[in-house]
Amino acid sequence: MVDLSVKIGSFEMTNPVMPASGTFSPEMEQVMDINRLGATLTKTISRELRDGNPPPRVAEVECGMINCIGLPGKGIEYFLENQIPDYLRFSPPLIVSITSTIHEDFAAMAREVTVPGVKALEINISCPTRDPNGGNFALHADETAETVRLVRAATDLPIFVKLSPNAGDIVSIARAAEEAGADALTVANTILSMRIDTHSFRPSLGHKVGGMSGPAVKPIILRMVYQISKAVSIPIIGCGGIVKAEDVVEYMLAGASAVQVGYASFRNPTAMVSIIEDLEEWCDKRGIARVADLTGAVQDDMETDTYIAAAAGI
Amino acid sequence: MESTVFAARPHVVGTENTVDQAPAAPVEEILTTVLANDSINDEYKHLIVTASPKALTAKPGQFFHWLCPSPDEGDLWLRRPQSIYVVDKERQRLEFLYKCVGRGTNGAATLKPGDTFNMVGPLGVGFSMEPGWKNVVVLGRGVGLATLAPISQLIAENGIGATVILSARSPDLAMSGDLFEKAGAEVITVTDTDGTSAVENVEAIIEQRVADNRADAFFTCGSNRLFMLMKRLGKKHNVPGQVAMEQIMACGLGPCYVCVRTFEIDGVKTLKRVCIEGPVFDMQEAMGW
Ligand SMILES: Cc1cc2nc3c(=O)[nH]c(=O)nc-3n(C[C@H](O)[C@H](O)[C@H](O)COP(=O)(O)OP(=O)(O)OC[C@H]3O[C@@H](n4cnc5c(N)ncnc54)[C@H](O)[C@@H]3O)c2cc1C
Ligand SMILES: Cc1cc2nc3c(=O)[nH]c(=O)nc-3n(C[C@H](O)[C@H](O)[C@H](O)COP(=O)(O)O)c2cc1C
Ligand code: FES
Repeated sequence: MVDLSVKIGSFEMTNPVMPASGTFSPEMEQVMDINRLGATLTKTISRELRDGNPPPRVAEVECGMINCIGLPGKGIEYFLENQIPDYLRFSPPLIVSITSTIHEDFAAMAREVTVPGVKALEINISCPTRDPNGGNFALHADETAETVRLVRAATDLPIFVKLSPNAGDIVSIARAAEEAGADALTVANTILSMRIDTHSFRPSLGHKVGGMSGPAVKPIILRMVYQISKAVSIPIIGCGGIVKAEDVVEYMLAGASAVQVGYASFRNPTAMVSIIEDLEEWCDKRGIARVADLTGAVQDDMETDTYIAAAAGI
Repeated sequence: MESTVFAARPHVVGTENTVDQAPAAPVEEILTTVLANDSINDEYKHLIVTASPKALTAKPGQFFHWLCPSPDEGDLWLRRPQSIYVVDKERQRLEFLYKCVGRGTNGAATLKPGDTFNMVGPLGVGFSMEPGWKNVVVLGRGVGLATLAPISQLIAENGIGATVILSARSPDLAMSGDLFEKAGAEVITVTDTDGTSAVENVEAIIEQRVADNRADAFFTCGSNRLFMLMKRLGKKHNVPGQVAMEQIMACGLGPCYVCVRTFEIDGVKTLKRVCIEGPVFDMQEAMGW
């Protein structure tokens, strides 16, 4: 028996796998057993009704995809009344993702979604198709700190802050979020990117640019998790390009306490359940009794002397 | 355990690995076996695969989301939606009719009998027939002919008469006529080569059916021009209609909001997801095909 349970601070999960925001909804029950997940996580909600960006909203690229959905949603009132009860039909603890373009409104939203049944908040300050003044606060340490500070004062729920891989120095942003009171960091949102159709000479996406996800981004985000875990003491949720159990192991070794899966569910809709099962099997084979022991267990005491390293065989 | 590239461990039809992760779920990821994949003309191929019991619950107008093999040295990263052409419950098979247009469909074209083919489905909301309808008019063109074809199963099951207008560039591209004829429908082929596909001619055919009281409902797919015509005539004569829509998809299941199209309901524009709120929609609400 492998103990798959993990904790993100006080937030407890029966296993480390949860969906990434925007890639999951209760509608996934059409194809999977949602109760198998470590947690459920909503699409990012905004205060107002939003239509989102003009289509096409997705473009296939090597080893992944670019999206420019643009955070559509029916607004916070509809969310509280209809969507929360829909999520609460399932047993995994519910995390609500919120966003705003105004710091104070971010805090007000956090207060409004702090309702029974919601177990944590994810603060999306990193939607890549928004600019720094449009809620993409994670590009700057001071903006990040300001949002987190106000949200911290507005709710007692654990706050997970979703960082942007598009920030110049993500480690300093991570530190700013920790100092301002974040309980955990989700690393990370999508990478700003583009595709141009060589037949039509036009951008493949309606919004011209979008956020890239899928296996292509995993080495980049993994490096960020590794660097951030050396710099902060709060837990990290790894997110980017996970498609198999070994990817979860890699993220945990790098310092993640839990992970989020997005793209993989588009390719294989029951991927998250398969990953959980494979992870258990992987731990069992390796004789690892507690998956939580993998967190930060990377053995990175590498030989620093090039001559000595190069003298050894492979 | 071997290091697998992807997590997928789908329910596999006809092998020992038949562990269904969610027996109550109506949709599943299945590995089908290809039985045939032949060209029926220069542009279209006809795929026949084995089907699981869940897959066989597919209704006309629903679709499957294909994980196509690559046609080249690279790989494919998103699925491709394809509507169901025939659900053959007796022989436990699914049939598809698809046009080879890009990497996904050209990859599917490389499938040979015996190959396994991964698909997710059945997905979406299909066509429906209301009790009381005695005669309907079906109008399609291009890929739309594949999507509309299973209406032949619906009219046969419900004992409904139909006028089916197949529009095509040339007679060899006018597919699905045989299925509708077997279901007892009147099939009219109109083509660009002999000029009969002109909107005025098609309009005259439909007007005649309305005048003869043989148009209780309209169905269309495959051409914006023909959609606009049917929508106009439906509004003029108060005939209800259904249209099968397309949009580029990612998840195919509802969460991602990639597949939205614009609809107008009571004068208010709104976006709906083709994969879960469609692909079949009310004709008067759709803004264009
Ligand atoms: C519900 C539904 C049912 C369909 N049924 C059929 C059918 O029965 N027969 C048939 O021939 N075609 C059908 N199509 C269209 C079919 O999905 C596209 O032709 C196919 O996805 C093209 O993929 P590709 O890689 O070959 O082309 P590419 O042009 O290389 O595709 C690139 C991307 O665009 C998407 N795309 C391109 N054209 C379309 C389109 N028209 N609709 C949706 N996505 C598109 C692809 O999925 C892919 O993500 C259907 C589409 C939908 C939405
Ligand atoms: C279609 C789509 C929609 C997304 N919507 C959101 C969103 O609303 N909020 C958010 O924080 N991240 C959103 N993301 C980003 C994902 O949550 C995740 O950070 C990213 O996809 C990387 O994980 P992956 O490689 O496993 O997909 C979205 C991603 C995709 C592909
Ligand atoms: S394709 Fe994801 S919502 Fe329709």
